[in-house]
Amino acid sequence: MAVVVILVLLALGSVLFHVLSPWWWTPIASNWNYIDNTIIITFWITGIAFVAVVLFMAYCVFRFRHRPGNTADYEPENRRLESWLATGTTLGVAAMLAPGLFVWHQFITVPEGAAEVEVVGQQWLWNFRLPGADGKLGTTDARDVTPDNPLGLNRNDAASLDDVIVEAGELHLPVGKPVKVLLRSVDVLHDFYVPEFRAKMDMVPGMITYFWFTPTRTGTFEVLCAELCGVGHPQMRGTVVVDTEDDYRAWLAEQQTFSQLTASSDGDSTATAVAAATAQSEAP
Amino acid sequence: MVDVRSGLGEALPPPEVEDVELYHPHSWWTRYVFSQDAKIIAIQYATTAIAIGMVALVLSWLMRLQLGFPDTFQLVDAEAYYQFITMHGMIMVIYLLTALFLGGFGNYLIPLMVGARDMVFPYANMLSYWIYLLAVLVLVASFFAPGGPTGAGWTLYPPQALLSGTPGGKDWGIILMLSSLIIFIIGFTMGGLNYVVTVLQGRARGMTLMRMPLTVWGIFTATVMALLAFPALFVACVMMLFDRLLGTSFFMPAIVEMGEQLPYGGGSPILFQHLFWFFGHPEVYIVALPAFGIVSDLISTHARKNIFGYRMMVWAIVIIGGLSFVVWAHHMYVSGMNPYFGFFFATTTLIIAVPTAIKVYNWVLTLWRGNIHLTLPMLFALAFIVTFVNGGLTGLFLGNVVVDVPLSDTMFVVAHFHMVMGVAPILVIFGAIYHWYPKITGRMLDETLGQIHFWITFIGAYGIFFPMHYLGLIGVPRRYYELGETAFVPDSVHTLNAFISIMALIVGAAQIVLLFNLVWSLRHGREAGGNPWRATTLEWQTPETPPPHGNWGKELPVVYRWAYDYSVPGAPEDFIPQNQPAPSRVSHEAAS
Ligand code: HEM
Ligand SMILES: [Cu+2]
Ligand SMILES: [Cu+2]
Repeated sequence: MAVVVILVLLALGSVLFHVLSPWWWTPIASNWNYIDNTIIITFWITGIAFVAVVLFMAYCVFRFRHRPGNTADYEPENRRLESWLATGTTLGVAAMLAPGLFVWHQFITVPEGAAEVEVVGQQWLWNFRLPGADGKLGTTDARDVTPDNPLGLNRNDAASLDDVIVEAGELHLPVGKPVKVLLRSVDVLHDFYVPEFRAKMDMVPGMITYFWFTPTRTGTFEVLCAELCGVGHPQMRGTVVVDTEDDYRAWLAEQQTFSQLTASSDGDSTATAVAAATAQSEAP
Repeated sequence: MVDVRSGLGEALPPPEVEDVELYHPHSWWTRYVFSQDAKIIAIQYATTAIAIGMVALVLSWLMRLQLGFPDTFQLVDAEAYYQFITMHGMIMVIYLLTALFLGGFGNYLIPLMVGARDMVFPYANMLSYWIYLLAVLVLVASFFAPGGPTGAGWTLYPPQALLSGTPGGKDWGIILMLSSLIIFIIGFTMGGLNYVVTVLQGRARGMTLMRMPLTVWGIFTATVMALLAFPALFVACVMMLFDRLLGTSFFMPAIVEMGEQLPYGGGSPILFQHLFWFFGHPEVYIVALPAFGIVSDLISTHARKNIFGYRMMVWAIVIIGGLSFVVWAHHMYVSGMNPYFGFFFATTTLIIAVPTAIKVYNWVLTLWRGNIHLTLPMLFALAFIVTFVNGGLTGLFLGNVVVDVPLSDTMFVVAHFHMVMGVAPILVIFGAIYHWYPKITGRMLDETLGQIHFWITFIGAYGIFFPMHYLGLIGVPRRYYELGETAFVPDSVHTLNAFISIMALIVGAAQIVLLFNLVWSLRHGREAGGNPWRATTLEWQTPETPPPHGNWGKELPVVYRWAYDYSVPGAPEDFIPQNQPAPSRVSHEAAS
């Protein structure tokens, strides 16, 4: 009999925990509240199913527990009941899958005119690259990585030269503008994950992956790595700052381009040497 | 329908294979150590699996101490933490659960339940165990090797698994891990072929496939799946060993490690993930299907009622087994594979939910109008249903591609898979131990100790893993040996982590009660008799308990009915053994 009580408490306790506990997702900062909505639908359907099954079990144990003189029914099959249940389940599953696939379609369809930024992972820090005045990111290759070209940009690609490079610093994004995040790694798998954006994607050496989102509020957000990448995995943190358009422009103007960086590391003029010194002191 | 339950009118088919002379052991060594008797091999498998499982349990304590009290105990540093999750995960999934369900329960139960004298290839069966033991020893050796075991995570994803940022990547750890897996698969294949052929060829007269107990169906289907899935892991391990030792680049693209160009190029890390999960997802069901089968028989026996919808249950097992080969990439939604795969794999994954749900319905409908004896096996079966339903339902979050995006690689995933493939199958194992121990040893396990073990394990495990989902919902990633300062994580999370860790310690300690019970009852347990649960299946009808080598004495049993003739109206007792011809006229009439 104790088991009946425990089963009931467990079903109700789980629901109460869900409703009352302080642990819930962080406030969203992107357009992916569709994802949150799908999670809510899923919580409802699965929650009802869970409570129903556990309570039904508790009832059966209570009602049909062994007592002297009890005998069990002999009922091998019940086609009607079985097909009813199968149909009901199929409908429930479809009710979750349909919105899920719908939103997935949005998730993988990058809107026209989304700005591109690149995130490059390496053990255990984040680098960022934004297209320069030409609006295009130059090509890259891990084999081109050298100490003064840590992201492996192709020096012979004109589009590379004006790319803005942020080494181990902050990424700034303008609020309200869709952005396609291109992801790349030069060593092992990483995963670019900002809980408030709800989106994440692995970064795979040898290929370029992506996702897109629109930041919906300004603020400073922590980037975590969500794919095991060695002992420094939990320390691999970064920062994304979502700015107003003006702040964003001001920030962008201060950043170094690829050609500035390479020139400065050659150190042939005082001006670039100063820039190099600033760049270095900024790098943590 | 009639042919399933009893085949009175039909003439019994002649035996397909003549009764064969078994190998006769000549010495203590060949009888108990290098034994070819499936029952001894089963016990060897089970003891080894439980022993190595205890290592995994202790590792989980250490990890939980670190997560719950990161600043109090300095037992574990980053390297050790990653080595521990890797060894814990791999041991639990492969060396404990797979070995125990297939090598342990498979060996013990298949021949007895289908009415055979032994497995069909006893010698290969024996080899299978010794090779498994070797695999375990190689795995354990990595704890003592220079650099320690690999810390690549149980998924062993390259490139990091082979690089110096990961413990054991450039040392022995990864080599020993891959070698151990290769050895395990070789050993498993020998055992697996045995289980399959024995089920197909070694059944007693009258034991049609559709009269087999669901336990056998579960183990059989799981074994077929394992024979198809393990080769993918095998080649992945071999290729990765080549990458590590011979400098090939199957899985290694051009890489710059800590500023240094490595001599790799052109390989694909994602290819490894496909191979791994082509094995890894079916692996979940390799563990789950035997549990499904066993729990069906526990529920039916202890509720004194036939399993509801037997044929549906069999088909559900087979369909789940088949479908589970086309869902593997749901582990890779955010891996960077072609995003259009998401549509396909989300759909197949959610389709699997339907046959799985049918199984759950049929278990609870078996309770309906039953005569439920709240024995230990029944309690564990009930607990299994709760945890399995819980874990299965959270699978609908993770399978639904877009919902997986925020949740994947968070503690939500850890909570989900522990509930569904950690806790749930282990509860079935416990139930099965309490159920079959009397047959294996001739004595009952102690009831009071069993109750203590049950309540702590069930409530404790639920208390560990249910709240853990919410950590993942907040966004706490998995495989973080410390969370440190993280802006979006409220302080209360640390309290929750401490709570989970304390529960984990208690639940772990409760397993000592079981171990003690297992040993103590060997001598002091109540005498069980041949059929203490009054069960119908053949293993309870052996002439002697524990059954000797050859199981059946002079005559092989003959089967007249399905495995679920409980509480048949008009029958003198509330169960009719499968090998009993007598009052089946009654059941026959009731059926038509
Ligand atoms: C009381 C019992 C258990 C406790 C307290 C426990 C605890 C843990 C912890 C703390 C982790 C690491 C989480 C992380 O940082 O990502 C983990 C990982 C894991 N556990 Fe368990 N565990 C238990 C039982 C099991 C069982 C029975 C299985 C069998 C399926 C299992 C399979 C795994 C796997 C596959 C991993 C993933 C390892 C990885 O991330 O590479 N655990 N467990
Ligand atoms: Cu990383
Ligand atoms: Cu990482």
